[in-house]
Amino acid sequence: MSIGHTLLGLLESGPRHGYDLKRAFDEKFGHDRPLHYGQVYSTMSRLLKNGLVVVDGVETGGGPERKRYAITDDGITDVQRWLGTPEKPEPYLQSTLYTKVVLALLTRRDATEVLDTQRSEHLRSMRILTDRKRKGDLADQLICDHALFHLEADLRWLELTAARLDKLREAVAR
Amino acid sequence: MTPPAGSLLSAEQLRKAYGPTLALDGAEFSIHPGEVVAVMGPSGSGKSTLLHCLAGIVTPDSGTITYNGHELSAMSDAQRSALRRSEFGFVFQFGQLVPELTCVENVALPLRLNGTPRKAAERTALSWMERLEVGDLRKKRPGEVSGGQGQRVAVARSLVTSPRVLFADEPTGALDSLNGERVMELLTEAARSTNAAVVLVTHEARVAAYSDREIVVRDGKSRDMERAV
Ligand SMILES: Nc1ncnc2c1ncn2[C@@H]1O[C@H](COP(=O)(O)OP(=O)(O)O)[C@@H](O)[C@H]1O
Ligand SMILES: [Mg+2]
Repeated sequence: MSIGHTLLGLLESGPRHGYDLKRAFDEKFGHDRPLHYGQVYSTMSRLLKNGLVVVDGVETGGGPERKRYAITDDGITDVQRWLGTPEKPEPYLQSTLYTKVVLALLTRRDATEVLDTQRSEHLRSMRILTDRKRKGDLADQLICDHALFHLEADLRWLELTAARLDKLREAVAR
Repeated sequence: MTPPAGSLLSAEQLRKAYGPTLALDGAEFSIHPGEVVAVMGPSGSGKSTLLHCLAGIVTPDSGTITYNGHELSAMSDAQRSALRRSEFGFVFQFGQLVPELTCVENVALPLRLNGTPRKAAERTALSWMERLEVGDLRKKRPGEVSGGQGQRVAVARSLVTSPRVLFADEPTGALDSLNGERVMELLTEAARSTNAAVVLVTHEARVAAYSDREIVVRDGKSRDMERAV
């Protein structure tokens, strides 16, 4: 999952301090793996360097955790590009996909679009596997089937999520 | 509005209401000869209604459907049913074979309805049954064959007139995955060999993976994933 894009997305609703970003991240996406402060600071300094955020204010007391960050137009474009680009279909995608959907809802973008774009990318992979299976021997067929079932599982999750977007939108707004 | 260049069958801005239910709300579609297009989307989104409109079975409230340069709405009922009999083929979820007829008689039926003499019709029917690996079932009645076999017989029947468009609505919906895949392989192979266009309604990704591209229908609106990119 891209921590940088996720933190950027969280900044879209308004400037935040580093510790506030970490708290929001852990609450929405951290679940079993909260961010380390170190990860937040290294990510934010990279985003600063790349012009995707600016320092909006510094609290007295110093230290990087006192900086307040604001997203730039380039930052917003970067989030948009990330959400609009499908993930390469591979196992263990769910946390990235989940993050994208929630961020799209949080930033009032079209989450259906994220899901549709990803479905299309998955289907592209499934077509290639199906074609290989058609031409292959039994061993090819079994190997392709294994990959196909994994992709299918992702897709079922996508469909179910699409059907629950309204509920998820409410939950995310809370 | 003009249909996309080179398309065999296309629809623009289709709207269809059933009472208060808006089954189609501005759906669009287009397909080329030899192309397999999957129509995906959740249950109740309007997939079957779209297929029925494209096939001239259901008349939309508004919008245009163009087949081979002709607008369906400009045709008489008789012309539309002639079109369905001679240029379109159909496969549904449950084969819908006539239980009183043998399998070969079922497959020959569309040809018989078009006036082909019995012998010639059954000869062509048998060759299609052989392509679908169910030639040995010719004397059996639908009640005596398995679901997967019956569905292959139904696919043979849908192809026997060499249709230019094959409409398939959840063709593997009642089959287990192995039978479903074999039906899809045979169906798409047969359609490709005759350059038929296939409108494939399915909510299953594994089935849609046999298509060349997909559109997604949601709340009666369609989204062409290829053009959207
Ligand atoms: N003949 C009909 N009479 C009344 N409502 C219908 C009829 N056909 C379809 N509908 C309604 O139109 C909507 C779309 O149906 P349908 O096209 O069958 O969806 P799908 O094939 O995607 O499941 C649904 O809400 C369905 O209940
Ligand atoms: Mg249906």
